Amino acid sequence: MTPESAFDSAALDNLLAAPLVLAIMLPLLGSALTTALPRLAPLLGTLIAVGTAGAAIWTTVAVWTRGPIHLVLGGWDPSLAIALRADGMAAALVLMANLVGLAISVYALGYFRAPDRAQSFWPLWLLLWAALNGLFLAGDLFNLYVMLELLGLAAAALGALTGSRDAITANLRYLLVGLVASLTYLFGVALLYTAYGTLDIGLLSSAIAADEPSPLDAAALTLMVAGLAMKSALFPLHFWLPPAHASAPAPVSAALSALVVKAAFYLILRLWLDLFEPILDLSASMLLGLLGAGAVLWGSWQALRAERLKLLAAYSTVAQIGYLFLFFPLLAATPPGPSRDNLLAALLLMALTHGFAKAGFFMAAGLVQTNAGHDRIDDLGGTAQRLPATTFAIALAGSALIGLPPSGSFIGKWLLMQGAIETGQWWWVVVGTLGTLLSAAYIFRVLSRAFGLEPTPIKFVTDARAEVPALMLSLVSVAVLGLASGPLWTLLGLNASGGGA
Amino acid sequence: MGAQFLFGGVGVVLFVLGLWSFLVHAPLLRKVIALNIMGSGVFHVLIAVAYRGDTAPPDPVPHALVLTGIVVAVSATALALTFGGRLMDMDKDGTDDA
Repeated sequence: MTPESAFDSAALDNLLAAPLVLAIMLPLLGSALTTALPRLAPLLGTLIAVGTAGAAIWTTVAVWTRGPIHLVLGGWDPSLAIALRADGMAAALVLMANLVGLAISVYALGYFRAPDRAQSFWPLWLLLWAALNGLFLAGDLFNLYVMLELLGLAAAALGALTGSRDAITANLRYLLVGLVASLTYLFGVALLYTAYGTLDIGLLSSAIAADEPSPLDAAALTLMVAGLAMKSALFPLHFWLPPAHASAPAPVSAALSALVVKAAFYLILRLWLDLFEPILDLSASMLLGLLGAGAVLWGSWQALRAERLKLLAAYSTVAQIGYLFLFFPLLAATPPGPSRDNLLAALLLMALTHGFAKAGFFMAAGLVQTNAGHDRIDDLGGTAQRLPATTFAIALAGSALIGLPPSGSFIGKWLLMQGAIETGQWWWVVVGTLGTLLSAAYIFRVLSRAFGLEPTPIKFVTDARAEVPALMLSLVSVAVLGLASGPLWTLLGLNASGGGA
Repeated sequence: MGAQFLFGGVGVVLFVLGLWSFLVHAPLLRKVIALNIMGSGVFHVLIAVAYRGDTAPPDPVPHALVLTGIVVAVSATALALTFGGRLMDMDKDGTDDA
C-alpha cells in the first residue's frame, strides 16, 4: 500500500503545482505566440486569456481545499531554486487579477478594432499578465525583482500605445521612475543577501526573526519599501501616476490602475508581514499610515477638481491606495488574534473591491470617451440616455469607491474605523470620513452631469461586448464582494466569527 | 577582505551618485546613463558579496543575479531610448506640438 499512496501523493502534488506554473507560463507563451502570429493575435490572445483565468481559478480552488501551496521548481535546493508559493492572500489577489484580466481581454476585443492596434496590444498585455501572476505567486526576492521589472516595462509600453506625445511623455516618466524604484528595491535585496545568504522568503523570514535587529535589516527594509512605495504611487511619490494612467487606452488604464499598482502594494504588505515584522516598531507603520492619509486627502481632492473623467479615476486610485496604507499602523498596534485577522481580511477586501471597481470604472469611462469623443466631465450631459448600461456601471463602481453598502469597501472601511477606535488611533477615523465625503462628492459630480433631461432610453445595452465586462466588474465589486465576503475569511485561513489562523 | 569592502563601498557610492545625477539632470540621455550607473553600483555590491576568500570559489547566486540584472538594464535602456527617439521625431516632424 505504501508505494501506491506515495505515488498518489506525488501525483496529487503535481496536480496542485500545475495551475501555479500554468498561470505564469500560459500568458508568457501567449505573448510569444501573438508576437509570432500577429494576424491571429486577438483569437490566440482570447484563448490564452480564458486558459490563464482558468489556471488562476484552479489555483484558488487548490489553496481553498488543501491550504497554502509551496513549490520548488526543477527539484533544486530551496536556497537556489525558483520558488512559487500560493497562500490565501496570494490566491485571493490572483483570482481578482485574473477575473479582471479576463474582462479586460473581452473589452479589448471591442476596443481595439483596428488590426495594427490589436497586434501591438496583445503581446504586451499577455506579458503584463504573466508578470502579474508571477509577482503574486513568487516565493523568492530575486524572482520578484525580475517580475517587477517585466511588469514595469510591459506597463510603460502598453501605456504609450496611443502614440500621442502626452502618452509617450507620461509613460517615459513612469518607466524612469519605475526603474529607479526597482533598482532601489534590488539594492535592498543585495543587502539582505549580504546578511543572510538566501533569497527565499520563507528562509529569510525565520533568519530575520532569529537574529538581533541590525542596521543592515533596517537599511534593506527602507530601500525595499521606498522602491515599492514609488511603484505603488504612495503619496507623495504618486506624481507619475495620474498623467500615465489618464493618457493610456481604456483597457490599459484599467489594468494599470486596478492591477499593476496593486501588485506593488501587495509586495510591501508581504515584506512587512512576512519578513520585517520582528524588527518593526510602531513609528515605521505610523509613517506609512501618515503617507496613506496624505494620499487619501490629496488624491480625493484632486479627483474632485479634475476636469476629465479618466484623470478623476486616476486620482481616485491614488486615494484608494492611501486607504490600504492606513491599515499598517492598525495592524502594528493590534495583537495577534481575531481583531487583527479581521483587519487583514478587511485590507484585502478593500484591495479586491478597488480592483474590480476601478477596472469597471475605467472601462466604462473609455466607452463614454469613444462615444462622446471626449471625457470632459462638464460636457457629459445625456450620457445616461445614450449609454444607460455604461452609466449604470459607473454608478455601481462609484458606489464601491465611495464605500456605500453593500459594496466590499463598505465592510472594509467599517472594520478599518473599528480598528482605529479599538487601538485608540482615532485620527484615522477623521481621515477616513473626510476621504469618504470627498469621494462621494467626486462620484456624484460625474453622475449629476451624466443624467440629463432627455427622454428615457430605449435600449439598456447598446454594445454588449464592450459594455457587459465593465458592468460585470462593477457588479462584482458591489454585490459579490459585499454580500458574500465570508469566503474570503475562509480562504485566508481565518474564522469569520473570530479565532486565529 | 579589504578588496571586498573597497568593491562594496564603491558600489554604494556609485548607487548614490547615480541617484543624485538622475534627480538633478533633466536630459533623457543623462537620466538613462545615471540609471545605468545606479545599476552598476548594485552589481558591484552583489559581486563583493559573492567573494568568499582567495581560495574558496565565489558564491554563484549573486553572479546569476548580476547577469539577470544586466539583461533587465539593457532592455529597460532600450525601451527608454525608443520613447526618447519617438519624442525627438515628433519634435522634428510635427510643428503643431512644438
